[in-house]
Amino acid sequence: MIALLTYKGILVLIIFTVTLAVAAYSTYAERKVAAFLQDRIGPDRAGPFGLLQPLADGAKFFFKEEIIPNVSNKTLFILGPSLAMLTALMTGVVVPWGNTLWLDGKEYVLQITDLNVGILYVFGVASIGVYGIMVGGWSSNNKFSLIGAIRASAQMISYEISMGLAIIALILMTGTLSLREISLQQAGGVGSDWNLWNVVYQPLGFLIFLVCAFAECNRTPFDLPECETELVGGYHTEYSSMKLGLYLFAEYINMFISSAVISTLYFGGFNFPFMNDLGLSSNWITVIGTGFFFGKIVFFIFFFMWIRWTIPRFRYDQLMNLGWKMMIPLAIFNIALTGLVSLVFK
Amino acid sequence: MTLYVFYFLSFVAIFSALLVVFSKNPIYSVLYLIVTFFAIAGHYILLNAQFLAVVHVIVYAGAIMVLFLYVIMLLNLNHEDEPHKKNLAKIAAVICGGILMTVLVGTLRGASQAIPRTGGDIGYVKTLGRILFTEFLLPFEISSILLLAAMVGVVMVGKTDTKKTTVDINEPNNQ
Repeated sequence: MIALLTYKGILVLIIFTVTLAVAAYSTYAERKVAAFLQDRIGPDRAGPFGLLQPLADGAKFFFKEEIIPNVSNKTLFILGPSLAMLTALMTGVVVPWGNTLWLDGKEYVLQITDLNVGILYVFGVASIGVYGIMVGGWSSNNKFSLIGAIRASAQMISYEISMGLAIIALILMTGTLSLREISLQQAGGVGSDWNLWNVVYQPLGFLIFLVCAFAECNRTPFDLPECETELVGGYHTEYSSMKLGLYLFAEYINMFISSAVISTLYFGGFNFPFMNDLGLSSNWITVIGTGFFFGKIVFFIFFFMWIRWTIPRFRYDQLMNLGWKMMIPLAIFNIALTGLVSLVFK
Repeated sequence: MTLYVFYFLSFVAIFSALLVVFSKNPIYSVLYLIVTFFAIAGHYILLNAQFLAVVHVIVYAGAIMVLFLYVIMLLNLNHEDEPHKKNLAKIAAVICGGILMTVLVGTLRGASQAIPRTGGDIGYVKTLGRILFTEFLLPFEISSILLLAAMVGVVMVGKTDTKKTTVDINEPNNQ
């Protein structure tokens, strides 16, 4: 019991650190990717290739003056960014970061907990994630912040429905809600004992899920809550110093976790092609698999940034039309199609 | 261990439920209600009903309370313009609440103590789904029709509203 708790505690610490590190370097990557797409150089002053830029930014956030507006609700003003950060960090618990390691005859699963309702847990945390934005936006007592907060909540509720429907089609196929089992079902890849990833069977579901993930993370083209051309800064207009930093950080953590969930559900998680043909011990396969998993995550983070610097922002009515009139009917059609196909082939 | 967790969750649930009623600011009420929902979800987990707990959080804390908060933010209720009820209405409300509580206590007092079956996979999705689609198929389908009817009704109400507003906007003296 104690050994298990120690192991899980160490795993929690490692994942916490890795999440923060990835989020910090996502801010750096965002600027480098933007620079690359716009034919610029990007940050290159702090350290070699500007690699120390996130540290410099963090230090700057801590030393800046912190302003809490007089007319704001102070308790909720502080609660807002804390909630955003808390909910962003909670999802990593159910993500399977790797398969099992065998050390001294003991089994170590590279996942903090394997809930039998894993996907639904991710959904639950994502659905309460909007409170950070709403509470912060409302308590600022500023019209722009309030509009940002209201947009965030409307958008979140609209896109959660199609996201849930997209997942239902996947669950119909896999027959389990546990993220680890979904990963293990996709084991193999190309090579002997071949097995295809879920994206091959669920291309439409994957597209819907991807679009909804963009909307849930408030990333362009769905970043209406902080639309700077209309709302100054949206829900975080009144925030300064590290509180603003926490909001921005929470967005990058959400992006990291969404990429991890997308990779797990549709892109084989910690499995990789030719994994049965390498002839390595299972521990090595696990280590390489975790590496591949992080590779997939990095690709999706890059994809998020790629879209951000390519596609302009939607208008608000376009966003709602897309969510309610395109995504939901498509997702329902996908469920019907999946049900029909699985009925015919079984 | 489980007993202590139970007492802690019960304390949180009842305390925050009281704060929902006693808070002056409606936003605080909503936030305390969310805390109450989380405590109740914790009770479900103690009863080994993970699915129910997660769905409870998604539906109540994640969707319904977001809408509540949304409406309250749009109304922007403050201390100053909050309508103050007359004393008669307050007394009537207390009496109604008291009667409801008497009925609830009366029902629960006569009931034999239920022993929750917590072992095994009782709360798993598979068990729940099998029961819903065999033993309780008819009530399940009827409740889904009820939800569909509510949705159609909402669309109906919403449709007439949009027609009126589009006409209003187009009238020049309304700008």
